[in-house]
Amino acid sequence: MTKKITLNLITCRSIQQGVGMEAGKTSKKYFDACSIIEMHEDDMKELGIWQNTNVRVTSSTGSVVVKAVTTRQELVPGLAHIPMGPWANQIVSAYTYSTGEPCFKGFPIDVEPAINEPILSAVDVVKDACGLLKK
Amino acid sequence: MSKVIPDVTCPFCGTLCDDLEVTVSDDNKKIILVKNACAIGAEKFNHTKEPGRVIRPRMRQPDGTFKDISYEEAIDFTANMLVKSRKTLMYGWASTSCQAMSIGHEIAEKVGGVVDNCATVCHGSSLIAIQDVGIPSCTLGEIKNRADRVLFWGCNPAHAHPRHMSRYSIFPRGFFTVKGHKGRKIYCVDCRHTDTARVADTFIQVKQGYDYELLNAFRTAARGGPLPDEIGGVPKEKIYEVVEDLKTGRFGVIFFGMGLTHTLGRNHNIDIAISFTRDMNEFTKFSIIAMRGHWNVTGSGQVLSWQYGFPYAVDLSRLNKARYQTGETTSVDLLTRNEVEACFYIASDPGAHFPIEAMRSSSKKPTVTIDPHINCTTEISDVHIPVAMVGVETGGCAYRMDNVPIETRKVVDPPDGLLTDEEVLTRILARVNELLGAA
Repeated sequence: MTKKITLNLITCRSIQQGVGMEAGKTSKKYFDACSIIEMHEDDMKELGIWQNTNVRVTSSTGSVVVKAVTTRQELVPGLAHIPMGPWANQIVSAYTYSTGEPCFKGFPIDVEPAINEPILSAVDVVKDACGLLKK
Repeated sequence: MSKVIPDVTCPFCGTLCDDLEVTVSDDNKKIILVKNACAIGAEKFNHTKEPGRVIRPRMRQPDGTFKDISYEEAIDFTANMLVKSRKTLMYGWASTSCQAMSIGHEIAEKVGGVVDNCATVCHGSSLIAIQDVGIPSCTLGEIKNRADRVLFWGCNPAHAHPRHMSRYSIFPRGFFTVKGHKGRKIYCVDCRHTDTARVADTFIQVKQGYDYELLNAFRTAARGGPLPDEIGGVPKEKIYEVVEDLKTGRFGVIFFGMGLTHTLGRNHNIDIAISFTRDMNEFTKFSIIAMRGHWNVTGSGQVLSWQYGFPYAVDLSRLNKARYQTGETTSVDLLTRNEVEACFYIASDPGAHFPIEAMRSSSKKPTVTIDPHINCTTEISDVHIPVAMVGVETGGCAYRMDNVPIETRKVVDPPDGLLTDEEVLTRILARVNELLGAA
């Protein structure tokens, strides 16, 4: 049976995300910088995965495949980070508590290994969710 | 021969560094070298050289591919869409000049649009809090010259505003801060040990989502009140120690970012951070500044405020009066509730930065996107109108995060035939006037 763990997710800017964004949303730099989930090593061990394994991240809103990595900007166990971008926004709820501001930080997600599932490109992940991706 | 253009303003983040040196080719077509910029700013300038840039408007075909069209066709399509729609979401504006915004707002007044900027998913909560309790603030120049206690709360300038620390907040020597970094005490409050935390003297690790509680404890500690043993994962001794230390400074400042505006509590987190700043003024001089993200998102707030009285989410669909109500006239709510009939995006990429539920709704509506590059929004729009990059290929006014206006400069010519935001918007406005006159 595939293991699954529940973590608390935050989505933030990173300098690599900024550089990638300016290099172009279709660039490899942007893809490499944003289609990842930063996790604590303990959580990776618990999930039974290595670095650079593809994982499926699911929230109450949706689901997305990204690559699991560790980070220099240390997280506490139980906390995970996906850089802001189209991958993160597949799972961010649009509910705004009447402030206009969605909850980009601090919501529960389930993470499970998805070694054989591909990561879609920035444009494709949005198109797919909008039903515009020609398969 | 190449030539060097000094004092160029960087159009990436709210720090608006105005000391860049850009070397361009003699014919003004190519950027050769960018000096003084951060990694992101340099990438923005160098990106103009990349091959494959779109220089003609494109229209999406039924099979999903794009076909080049003329500017006239694109402008006609846009004007018709705007006139036909009873309520259009006109979102973006944060990466264009104040002059272009002003023309855009005139269009919105004519066609009944809702004008919203990137603050709606960024510092919108801060603006709500500022409307509620005011803000004791100052300019970044004052920080550089006076501040000796700097507190970064829920922000990570090492990544998001890379030169903020070297130009204003940590390292520079100023008039009263002659020792530079050595004369300042730096604190960082965050839920993870960020690269900003690494340069701080004291790092306070708060449990994710407990910022309100911790700020409340800071206020209590400042007044000398009792605290429980631990608040948001921080022991009370540390809170008392930090607050006493802040009191001993001559000039303190809090910089806050998305760590406060995006977590539960939203505007209330900012509200209490401002109240803590006010409390600290009982003991010493204290200020608070929002770390605004896009280089001209502050400008959009300024222009909207002096034109309509509200900084974002301004609903002009009643034509003769402006309305503003967060949760009602804000972009994400309008889209998820399907309350707009068309979408007009300029100088922003909601496709990448809005929750997907909002974009799913947007993709079902007629959509026009004005942006220099291909991005996640252009690819789900009906028409994409490419334009010159403001701050690189054309100038214009922008506002820094501390509300100081700075003029951006043109350093190279845009590719032949490419129009600027101002030109495209002026032509859309003229066409809208024609259509409305004919109706």
